[in-house]
Amino acid sequence: MSERHADEILLAFARALRAAGVPVTHDRAQGFLAAAAVLGVGDQRATYLAGRATLCAGPDDLERYDQVFHAFFNARDGLPRSRPAHPAAPFAGLPLEETTGTGESQDEEVLRALASETEVLRQRDVASLSAAEKHRLAGMFATLRPRPPVRRTARHHAWRRGEVDASRTLRASLRRMGEPAEIAWRRRGVRPRRVVLLVDVSGSMSGYADALLRLAHRFTQVGRESGGVVETFTVGTRLTHLTRAMRVRDPERALVAAGETVPDWSGGTRLGETLRIFLDRWGQRGLARGAVVVVFSDGWERGDPTLLGEQMARLRRVAHRVVWVNPHRGKDGYEPVQQGVVAALPHCDDFVAGHSLATFAELAEVVSRA
Amino acid sequence: MLLSSPADVAARLGATGYLSDDALATVTYLALRMQRPLLLEGEPGTGKTALAEAIAESLELPLVRLQCYEGIDATQALYDWDFPRQILHLRALEAAGGGQDGQGVEEAEKSLYDARFLLARPVLRALQESPAVLLVDEVDRADDEFEAFLLEVLSTYQVSIPELGTVRASTPPIVVLTSNRTRELHDALKRRCLYHWIDHPGLEREVEILRSRAPEVSETLRRQVVELVQLLRGRDDLQKPPGVAETLDWARALHHLGTADIDLATASVTLGALVKYREDADRVRHALDQVLRA
Repeated sequence: MSERHADEILLAFARALRAAGVPVTHDRAQGFLAAAAVLGVGDQRATYLAGRATLCAGPDDLERYDQVFHAFFNARDGLPRSRPAHPAAPFAGLPLEETTGTGESQDEEVLRALASETEVLRQRDVASLSAAEKHRLAGMFATLRPRPPVRRTARHHAWRRGEVDASRTLRASLRRMGEPAEIAWRRRGVRPRRVVLLVDVSGSMSGYADALLRLAHRFTQVGRESGGVVETFTVGTRLTHLTRAMRVRDPERALVAAGETVPDWSGGTRLGETLRIFLDRWGQRGLARGAVVVVFSDGWERGDPTLLGEQMARLRRVAHRVVWVNPHRGKDGYEPVQQGVVAALPHCDDFVAGHSLATFAELAEVVSRA
Repeated sequence: MLLSSPADVAARLGATGYLSDDALATVTYLALRMQRPLLLEGEPGTGKTALAEAIAESLELPLVRLQCYEGIDATQALYDWDFPRQILHLRALEAAGGGQDGQGVEEAEKSLYDARFLLARPVLRALQESPAVLLVDEVDRADDEFEAFLLEVLSTYQVSIPELGTVRASTPPIVVLTSNRTRELHDALKRRCLYHWIDHPGLEREVEILRSRAPEVSETLRRQVVELVQLLRGRDDLQKPPGVAETLDWARALHHLGTADIDLATASVTLGALVKYREDADRVRHALDQVLRA
C-alpha cells in the first residue's frame, strides 16, 4: 500500500466519521494522518488508536467512532447515520406563509385588533395555538430577555470600600519609591450563575416542546451576551445534551439542529431514570453545582416515582436552586396529583406555571432572581 | 527520552508501578512523539493524575503541577512579582544612599524588576525547567478565559513578561491535562490535544494494579477486594461507584486491620474507604451482606 494511497483511505474514513456526526475538522484529520504515520500505517489496531486519540473529543464521540471504524474497515455496510431518517420534530409543520395577523380581514380596526391579539397571544396556552398563531408567537419570543442570575466570585475587584487590597496598596507605594500611599480597597465581584434547563420532550409534553426549546434558545442567547453559561438537556426516555444546538444564533436553525440531535421526541417519560443519568454523568461532577436548575415537565412519570423523588433530592443538594415548571400549573382546576409531581414537589424551591409567553416571562424573572 | 514504541512506553510506565493498557500507552507514545498535549478524561479515581506522575518518574523529569480552580488567573498560573521583597529592596537602596541622581533612579527601578523578584508559578516554571512534565489538573474547573490563556501558552510554549522579556522553553514540556467533565472544554483547546478516555480497569488489570501499588496486601485479600469492587461498579444505583484509588484505600485499610478474609463486620467498619455517600454505604452494606453470606 503506497503512502499516498493509505492517506486517501484514512481521509475517507475521517469523512465517514464526520458524516456520522463526529465533529472532525481539517486540522483534526491532519493530526490523525500524522499520528497514524508515527505508529505506522497498515496496522489496524494502531490506526484505530491513532484515530481515537486525534479525532474524538468526548465519550459520545468514542461510541460513534467505534461503530464507524468497525463498519469502515471491517464491513462496508450499515454506517450509522447522524440523523434518523425522519425525526418527528414537533415544529416541522410550521407554515412559511407570511402571517401578519389578520390576513384578508378588511376591518378598519385591524391595528387595534392586532395589538390586543398580541396581548391575547401572550396569555394563550401554546399547546392550543394554530400553526399560524404559533408562527407569530415564535417572533414574539425575541421580546423575552431572561437575565442570568448572579453569584459572588472568589476574585476581587477594586472598589471604594470593602476590605484592604494589600497587593494593590503595595504596588501603589512601590510607584512612589516605597512611600506609604493611599490604601486601596477591594470587594468580591459577581458573575453570572450557570443555568441548567432540563426539558421534558415526552409525548404528553409534545404540544409545548417547540415553545420550550424557543425559550431555552432565548435563555442561551441572552445568557451568552452577558457572559453566562446556559446548558440545555432534553429528558424523556433518554438524556440528550442540547447546548450546542441551542448556541446557534438563528432560532429556526437552532430548532432544526435540536430536532436532529434529539432521538426521542414524543416518546415515553422515564424522568427519574434520565435525571439519575444526568446527575451521574453531568450534574454531580459540577454542571449542576451551584447552578439554577429548571425542570420543564408535567410530571407524568411512567417509571418509579420514588426514584424520581430520590433523584430530585439529590439534585437539590447539588444545585443552588431547583425550579419546576409545569405547563398545567396555570390552568383552572389543576391539582398537583400526578405521581411524579407529588414525588418531586418537596424537593423544589419554586413550582411555577409555563404554558404561555406571559408565564415564560414570569419564569425568566424567577430564574434571574434566584 | 528516546522511546521507540508504545510497548516501550508501557514497559517504562510499568517500571514505576503504573499499569497501562495498549490504548493508553499508544496515546502517551503519540503525545511524546508528536509533542502534543495529552487530554485525559474519565471517572474520578481512574489514574489520570497518576499517569502524569508516572511519566515524569519514568523519564526522570521534574513534574510541575498546576491545580485549576474557579477563578484561577494568570498571576497564579504564570508569574507574579514579589511586592514585599521589592519594597524591602527599595528601602535597602535608599538606606545605602542610592537614588540621588537620575541615573541612580533608573538603575534602582531596573533592579526592582529583576529575575530574583519574580515568583515563577507552575506554567512559567515548567517552561524554565523544561524538559519537564506539566500537569494541568482538573482544567474543567477553571473558567473559560483561563482556557483561552492556556491555549495560547500550549501553542507557542512561550511566555512574555513585559518587564523582563520572553521566556521560551528550549524543548517543549510534556503537557498532561486532566478533566472530570464538569463542563465541556472548548473545541479549540481539545483540538490542540490528543484525547483519551480512561475507563475503570477490568478484573485482572485491577488485581495487577493492586499488586504493584499495594504489594503488602496478600494475594487472596487482593483478589477478594477487587472482585467485590467490580461487583459494586456493576450496580447502577450507586451515586459514586468506587474508583481504583478507593479500591487501593480499601485494600490497605483491610490490610492494616490484619484481615485475611473479608467478613461482613470488617467490611462494614472499613466502608468509609470505599464509598463516600451515606445512601451508597447503606446499599453497599446490603449488597455485601448478600454476597458474603452466599
